[in-house]
Amino acid sequence: MPFIQNSDDDRAEMLAAIGVTTVDELFEQIPEELRYRSRLPIDDGLSEDELRAELAELASWNTTMDSGSFLGAGLYRHFIPTVVDSLQQRHEFVTAYTPYQPEASQGTLTAFFEFQTMVAELLGMEIANASMYDGCSAATEAVIMAANMVRNRNTVVVSRGAHPYTRRTLETYLKWTGIEIVEAPLDEKGRTNFDGLVDDKTCAVLVQNPNTLGVIEDIEAVATEAKANGAVSVCSAYPMSLGVLKSPGEAGFDIAVGDGQCLGTPIAYGGPGWGLFACAQKDVRRMPGRIVGETVDGEGRRGFALTFQTREQHIRRAKATSNICTNNALIALRGAIYMAAAGADGIKEVAMHSMAKAQYAAKAIAELPGFELAYPESGFFNEFLVRCPRPAKEVNKAIDRAGLLGGLDIARWYPELGEDGLLLAFTEMNTRAQIDRLISTLSHIAAAQPVA
Amino acid sequence: MRPDDRKYLESHEWIKIQGDTAIIGITDFAVEELSSGNEGDLVYCDLPEIGRTLGDGETFGEIESVKAVADLNCPLAGEVIEINTAIEDHLEILSEDPFERGWMVKIKLSNTDDSNLLDAAAYEAILAKQS
Repeated sequence: MPFIQNSDDDRAEMLAAIGVTTVDELFEQIPEELRYRSRLPIDDGLSEDELRAELAELASWNTTMDSGSFLGAGLYRHFIPTVVDSLQQRHEFVTAYTPYQPEASQGTLTAFFEFQTMVAELLGMEIANASMYDGCSAATEAVIMAANMVRNRNTVVVSRGAHPYTRRTLETYLKWTGIEIVEAPLDEKGRTNFDGLVDDKTCAVLVQNPNTLGVIEDIEAVATEAKANGAVSVCSAYPMSLGVLKSPGEAGFDIAVGDGQCLGTPIAYGGPGWGLFACAQKDVRRMPGRIVGETVDGEGRRGFALTFQTREQHIRRAKATSNICTNNALIALRGAIYMAAAGADGIKEVAMHSMAKAQYAAKAIAELPGFELAYPESGFFNEFLVRCPRPAKEVNKAIDRAGLLGGLDIARWYPELGEDGLLLAFTEMNTRAQIDRLISTLSHIAAAQPVA
Repeated sequence: MRPDDRKYLESHEWIKIQGDTAIIGITDFAVEELSSGNEGDLVYCDLPEIGRTLGDGETFGEIESVKAVADLNCPLAGEVIEINTAIEDHLEILSEDPFERGWMVKIKLSNTDDSNLLDAAAYEAILAKQS
């Protein structure tokens, strides 16, 4: 809507219409002595040019992610090629409501058909849907799907290493469903201990890889344990890590999920993300969300249409497979463009760079007096927990003073791990200079500590 | 007139009791409603596993056409002892012969009291009211 100022004539006309002569008359209920009569202490307006300069000056006070950020914990800053913004912003894709009518939206449907193929390939699964809201809701929907796949079982065993937001979403969704959550604890190596928790009452087992402490889980064992007990196995994966790590499909999982933010979407106030969701072909009728299928039109030409809609709530009402009937389509489209642009080789390259930088930093930090890796015997991808000689909160302040953004004070989500745990993440976006500055900042903290 | 050797549910399932067992299926009316007369429109039928115990009226499976998915309800309680796997890949059987070859599950009845179910005449009367 354009902003068009009222002219004096407009004002006079409006005042006449409501039967007053001045604007002040409208405020007569406010006692005279309470009215402010002086000029408001606001500076004169600035020209656009001056305003830009002033805002740039204010913004320069911030420590930004461009200065070097080591915060991950579920959202990761990876390089976004220009093609992502350029294609996503095409007006054919940017609409208030994602259009799925096959007669009008072959572009969107084609993009999502390709998207599903790439997601399925990345997760190593047979079939994927056209995305969910985010990784948390995808994991939760996976658990609900699992509960519908097996009968007379009402507990879900969830790793404490699953992201706290995932666990919280799960608690909210499951509160009135009769499905009980059993939390599998983390052991001294930072891995989930499922021992004795999966039994004939378990409908689903949920594990995240790498887990929130950055530790690579023994996911094959988790899938095997679930299978042996007749439970459905669900793996939430960090998509970029699949460039180097075994996929949920290869590890034998029934359902694979994840958050797609790392694939082409910047970190902005905690997102937005989009959810990956994939399963086996045989379970497609239990899969929530939209699914685009390939078909032919009346003239025999290849085309695309939503399929399995009979299971959605606009037709099946209370018995719908899921009551999520929408997704983050535009953001998921960014994921499709990213995956197409990067390709399997590109994702592998990004994963290798991220992992190599994390390895470089871990080695150097572990050598600093007073610092040590929390789980030196466990593998990690691009994120790891460090034990600091001072509370993580203080260490983060020192990192901030060095013009860098620190990691996550792990006590915020895992108070049982103490105040000295700092979770640091690395991607291909962290330069060698930034990492060296981080190491040097930490070394000053180490030096300030009395040596025992 | 539908076969009067069996009982019906308002939701269009039939049950044919044979001693302490019974076979269950859906009526030609249900098939017609789902497929609009086009047998290729039925795409999927999900039947229960053998050994599952069903209560009176409990949903034991679902049948899907290109336009809708409908629940399959068990008229009388019992344990599933056999399922008609032939229909899973040949849903046209349901259009061709819903009352004989198109049976879906066989159960061992734990409840043989069918006095609450509709006989053929009562079922026909309900259909007459709907049309």
